[in-house]
Amino acid sequence: MASVLVVAELGEGKVKKTTHSAITAAQKIGGSFSILVIGGGAAGAAAELAGFGAAKLLVADDASLASFLAETYAPTIAEVAKSGGFTHVVATASSYGKDLMPRVAARLGAAYVGDITEVVSDSSYRRPMFAGNAFGVAKVETPVQVVSARQSAFTPAEPSGGQSPSETVKLAAGGQAASRVEFVGVETTKSARPELTEARTVVSGGRALKERFEEVLAPLADVLGAAVGASRAACDAGYAPSDLQVGQTGKIVAPQLYFAIGISGAIQHLAGMKGSKVIVAINKDGDAPIFQVADYGLVADLFTAVPELVTAIKAAK
Amino acid sequence: MKILVALKRVADPDNANKVKIPASADKVDTTGLEWKPNPFDEYALEAALRLTENGQQPKTRAGEVVVVTFGPKETETTLRAALATGADRAIRVDASDEQLDGDLVARALKALVEKEKPDAVVMGKQTVDGDTNQVGQLLAEYLDWPQATFAATIEEEANGALLVGREIDGGVAKVRVKLPAVVTVDLRIVSGASVYSTKTARSFKYNDGVRFAALPAIMAAKKKPLAEVKLAELAADTKLKVTYGSFTAPPARKAGIKVKDVAELVQKLTTEAKVL
Repeated sequence: MASVLVVAELGEGKVKKTTHSAITAAQKIGGSFSILVIGGGAAGAAAELAGFGAAKLLVADDASLASFLAETYAPTIAEVAKSGGFTHVVATASSYGKDLMPRVAARLGAAYVGDITEVVSDSSYRRPMFAGNAFGVAKVETPVQVVSARQSAFTPAEPSGGQSPSETVKLAAGGQAASRVEFVGVETTKSARPELTEARTVVSGGRALKERFEEVLAPLADVLGAAVGASRAACDAGYAPSDLQVGQTGKIVAPQLYFAIGISGAIQHLAGMKGSKVIVAINKDGDAPIFQVADYGLVADLFTAVPELVTAIKAAK
Repeated sequence: MKILVALKRVADPDNANKVKIPASADKVDTTGLEWKPNPFDEYALEAALRLTENGQQPKTRAGEVVVVTFGPKETETTLRAALATGADRAIRVDASDEQLDGDLVARALKALVEKEKPDAVVMGKQTVDGDTNQVGQLLAEYLDWPQATFAATIEEEANGALLVGREIDGGVAKVRVKLPAVVTVDLRIVSGASVYSTKTARSFKYNDGVRFAALPAIMAAKKKPLAEVKLAELAADTKLKVTYGSFTAPPARKAGIKVKDVAELVQKLTTEAKVL
């Protein structure tokens, strides 16, 4: 019988939404689950997770954990997993989970399976490979397993009521690694727009936008409350900053609504967005491959179509 | 500084949609696709070269860059290309992809690090075939070294530390790691002002992207040392922790419809797709 330890993710002393997807993954594995709330402000944040049906809330809150570092978090997570006899340790495959969970696995001598999109059984998981061009089932051969779940593939868990009991766990000492790393600070991207990987709507532009990338896309993104993305070609040409890149080597997004504007639809780009629910393509080349995946295609000059679209959406609202 | 760079060749990622899944579904068939270096590993090599030079004199190596790959004999092509770009020495660990998983690669790399004693191991954040994003982190833990994953910027500091800007959701987190350490790199590491050794002036800007090898360097690379090591010499236990099977193609997306104008598009999005 599986006994799953969910590792919560905190941001500024609050539970991040990513955690709810990890809870769903734990429920799919089956058996029972507990949640480890670790980090600065964990003691306060734990209350937010009391109603999700966890057997226990385990809390690790200490000044030494105030800023996230994989080197300082992994020893305590591994120790809790070991002493609690957990068979699975699960987090979400956010930048936090991806940085942290392999380290936890190495400490436990456990297999790590990252970025899963489906729980096939309690020891096998489906995950995308080759930039989403193939899905493979990873079969785990170790008794303890560490997994990170792709957030967009697991519907966030909803509170089910009840009140999970909470207990404080002991911190485990970090090794050499922990003593040789120092957290300096975070520069958050200054943007009123939502995060690309969490946005409900994404407006992406390609090389066709040239120097007018921001000028053309911003009004559309603003009227939709959307995040802005870009193709690799647009980033390589310097029209858009590279942290906006959607695609195989950039960010993988799966919003409700995705606009591909002036994007031809290279495989590298499709790999990053074809999980979107509704795809709209605007391109003046009617034969562009993007139209093969778009739900709605408009063959038009984007420099006239996008401003028209902004006006029409404003009118429709 | 001595840097070990781990490289892998992958089936041409720009044509990854041409991978086939045979009826047996036990593997992914990449026949017909060209081998290319994993893009993130190419960026790692570029970062390592920048860390071991004065940017104004890129032909003089201040330190040593050793490249390593795990693969059959043909993967020496990938290593020779890295040597032509500026690496000093190469090591090929003889193994096929089927014999490996990320954990075994990390354990074998640990043994290699103990032998080579580099100040840093630099590699891509993930390979674009398996997409597992784990080897750097596993290696760091096995070595009890600090890790700076998803690096967008690296500054070498005078006291044997690296100040690394890490790509995280919604921003960049800065960490300082004392060497030796593991660094895995992300896309922006090859921007013009991303990587500075202590020798490169902060006013200097690299060209964006990775450097290319000139013909004389390609010729010279044929004479650079390339050693072969057996996997069993590096890892006693070669049992895999994860095996793969039951491959499937992704669910196909149906092509939708073409709308005639903006008005029809907005109408469809509002009433049919109900996403506005």
